[in-house]
Amino acid sequence: MLAYIVRRLLYAIPILIGVNLLTFLLFFVVNTPDDMARMQLGAKRVTPEAVEKWKAERGYDLPLVWNSAAASLFDKAGKTIFAQKSAKLFVFEFGYSEDKRDIASEIRERMWPSLALAVPVFLVGLAVCVTFALLMAFFRATYLDLWGVVLCVAMMSVSTLFYIIGGQYIASKTWHLVPISGYATGFDAFRFLVLPVVIGVISGIGASSRWYRTLFLEEMGRDYVRTARAKGLSETVVMFRHVLKNAMIPILTGAVVVIPLLFLGSLLSESFFGIPGLGSYTIDAIQSQDYAVVRAMVFLGSVFYIIGLILTDISYTLVDPRIRLE
Amino acid sequence: MRALLVIVLLLGGCGEVWNDPYPASELGKNILYSVFPDRPKHLDPAQSYASDEATFTRQIYEPPLQYHYLKRPYELIPLTAVEIPRPRLVEKNGVTYSVYDIRIKPGIKFQPHPGFVPANLGLNPQTTKNLKSPYDLPLGTRELTADDYIYQIKRLAHPQLHSPIFGLMAEYIVGLKEYAEVLKAAVKPGEWLDLRAHALEGVSRVDQHTYRVTLKGPYPQFVYWLAMPFFAPMPWEAEKFFHQPGMAEKNFTLDWWPVGTGAFMLSENDPNARMVLARNPHFRGEPYPSEGEPGDAARGLLADAGKTMPFLDKAVYTREKEAIPLWNKFLQGYYDLSGIGSDSFDQAVRISMDGEAGLSPEMEARGIRLDTTIAPTIFYLGVNWLDPVVGGNSERARKLRQAIAIAVDWEEYLSIFANGRGVPSHSPVAPGIFGYRDGVPGMNPVTHEWKEGKAHRRPIEAAKKLLAEAGYPDGRDAKTGQPLVLYLDTTSRGPGDKAVIDWWRKQFAKISVQFEPRQTDWNRFQEKLRKGSTQLFIVGWSADYPDPENFMFLLHGPQSRARHQGENAANYVNPEFDVLFERMRNMPNGPERQRIIDRMNEIFRRDAPWIGGFHPKNFALFQSWLGNAKVNEISDNKLKYLKVDAASREALRRQWNRPVVWPLLILFLLLAISVIPAVRSYRRRERMAARPASSQPT
Repeated sequence: MLAYIVRRLLYAIPILIGVNLLTFLLFFVVNTPDDMARMQLGAKRVTPEAVEKWKAERGYDLPLVWNSAAASLFDKAGKTIFAQKSAKLFVFEFGYSEDKRDIASEIRERMWPSLALAVPVFLVGLAVCVTFALLMAFFRATYLDLWGVVLCVAMMSVSTLFYIIGGQYIASKTWHLVPISGYATGFDAFRFLVLPVVIGVISGIGASSRWYRTLFLEEMGRDYVRTARAKGLSETVVMFRHVLKNAMIPILTGAVVVIPLLFLGSLLSESFFGIPGLGSYTIDAIQSQDYAVVRAMVFLGSVFYIIGLILTDISYTLVDPRIRLE
Repeated sequence: MRALLVIVLLLGGCGEVWNDPYPASELGKNILYSVFPDRPKHLDPAQSYASDEATFTRQIYEPPLQYHYLKRPYELIPLTAVEIPRPRLVEKNGVTYSVYDIRIKPGIKFQPHPGFVPANLGLNPQTTKNLKSPYDLPLGTRELTADDYIYQIKRLAHPQLHSPIFGLMAEYIVGLKEYAEVLKAAVKPGEWLDLRAHALEGVSRVDQHTYRVTLKGPYPQFVYWLAMPFFAPMPWEAEKFFHQPGMAEKNFTLDWWPVGTGAFMLSENDPNARMVLARNPHFRGEPYPSEGEPGDAARGLLADAGKTMPFLDKAVYTREKEAIPLWNKFLQGYYDLSGIGSDSFDQAVRISMDGEAGLSPEMEARGIRLDTTIAPTIFYLGVNWLDPVVGGNSERARKLRQAIAIAVDWEEYLSIFANGRGVPSHSPVAPGIFGYRDGVPGMNPVTHEWKEGKAHRRPIEAAKKLLAEAGYPDGRDAKTGQPLVLYLDTTSRGPGDKAVIDWWRKQFAKISVQFEPRQTDWNRFQEKLRKGSTQLFIVGWSADYPDPENFMFLLHGPQSRARHQGENAANYVNPEFDVLFERMRNMPNGPERQRIIDRMNEIFRRDAPWIGGFHPKNFALFQSWLGNAKVNEISDNKLKYLKVDAASREALRRQWNRPVVWPLLILFLLLAISVIPAVRSYRRRERMAARPASSQPT
């Protein structure tokens, strides 16, 4: 397994270079270094000299990807914005944002609010959706199942934004149960996280429950279930001891892949609930054309995604003894 | 049910209200609560220029001058200076210089800061690494001297800073341009550059509390710059402190931890969530103004006359990126003041039959107060003077612009898209600024006529007539018969743009001119302006200081955006206008200056380089417990004047935010009831002896 993991990690290097190159191209198709300088320097009284100075200080005065003025081939590729800005990412040196704040320290600081929101949403959401799907499967072909599916489809059709605004309106504005937005550290965070967690869970019920229900129904049609019933086991035992256990394999492996991404937070919820996590950090960076932060966050996202996929592969071997990683 | 009980207990621990976003320890304290939407980019006075940064910098830094809090028109008064400096004109080698001697009050002290403790200027990196805040170190202070002001002026030319006013000041302050070159040669990467070692010719120390600034030529507007944080004092110790190894990695920089002599100091800096200004314990105290404009006394704004400021102990600013939570928290009493977004305008404001804005009954019932003021800002439809169709000095183009100026109904625009929050502009100068005229003399006779005591837009027939005289009868080129097509460059902001674009199309359709919008992003739009490749465009300008020069320079030929990268986005050139501007800019306010401004307005209205525009009207809402609140559009140093009645605030918050628990109980009851059929169905299934074939899963 170790050899497999090492191989997968080596595969990750070209993937990360590709992601980095793509981010770079997409960013600079829309923004030029001049645009970035003007955005940072403000709208008033910006002189061309100030723009040039800003670019030179941050290395944005170099060519984008190919320096034809350089002497050697190494310098032609190396003395470019892409090479200079990307190389350090591979040793997780993110540098400074365009407003000169240390990105690594910002990430360390903002990771915790993101996790405080994302982990409960993930765990509670998983528990709620599995339970709901199991109930629908248990009561299959009854009115409970029918209305459960209808409810799932209805919930899937509503946008997350609606859940957020509606939730804030009802729970905070009308019933005054929790603060509308804000964040605090320690136990005080509970008050601020209740509503976003509840909304995060509810908004995910529709799609996840329907999928899990399908998985349960598929398992229920298998031979071993028929055998279990034939030997006289009760439906509850069949469902919880046999069906649930086997259906959890695709559910868990599907869940493992998103675990590392929980660090990156939620773009929408963090903005609306005033949670100072990495999701709102990324949105801010995109809006302020802060390439240093965008680059770091996309790189980090890719790394986490690759880690998630490797963990998924490993989790297969843990939950299904028939699978071996070669 | 047990989980519900735990949640209720946890929420109940917050006090009588459950939705209070602030810690219980702040209950009943003398604290102001407000918001900031975007994280500030710079808090260093050499770099900070944006209005959202001024929310913090204006409370911390003290330049020599400030604006009177209550009087309108805006009036400069001393802050740390003893008096308003008057320039002496000196002739030397045939060149005129303005010499300003600025005397500051003795005995002013800086806020507590670690930079003032000598031991903190040689920290070992491990100590720095363990710091959570620079204020965890021993703190010190010292007296403010003239050297601190000189140091800051030198910083405007620092090669590692990007002062937005360096270019402008280098034109005036003797030797500043050359000084930047000296510093460029002296600076070494990673090392602190001690500016005290390098003299600046135009700025010198007279004595401990007096410094002298020498400018090239007369520049009366310089005193306005002396009221901005660019000219606030900076102790060298603070700069040196933040240049120590390991500080930048902890985000401890002067750009994030300002040091000043003002009434407040930044005690907590989390630009992602919350910033806190605490009362500066070394602040000398300042008396609340005892004069204001008419009506201020009736509004209770003079009740604290002569009392020592500041009144608040602390101000907590919470980051609110979205308008909906911000507005709802204001209504719940968790913010003491708020603006009004377009979404909440109808809920907050009622416009009377005669167009006067007042509070809605809901707001009145809450005791909320409304303050409206016309901002020293202008948004205008500009014409690119370099464009062959609409630009230039020809009679044809002039009549075409005048025709469009009549057709574009800004009154309607304001009514539809801005809830009436603005006044159409008849000249570049905003109301409240010297040079602005009201009534008939202030009306643009090209686009309006005076009837029944009011300016009315001229009939569309007048526009059609001008269009025909320009060679475009019925919107077609008289020579070629081709329809006239005009292009408006604008930035795309989302689905709401369609209504605005349709409105613009309707305006041009009135005179049968075809209209094509060219929507793009902000970067490309700015690039087009810089290259002079637009035809018509909409931009805005907010004044730096209350002087007509700061508006008229937007039409000054040498300020052309395409030619000289200046602020004249229309690239307008008129030699007579430029000569008048040069005369007007250096004159004191008076009848002669007014006469020149009137003539400039005449030229502006005839040439129509801007096809109308408007000055926005800002609406601010204040909670009943907030005292001494008045909008100041030029200088946002209001914090020291404000006061809160914390007891009244707590009582109203409790009244407005009583938790409503019964819907939760009903919700749980419904959930419990819904379980019954499931349980019954489960039991029935468990009792079934054999499964009918029809119920098998498919």
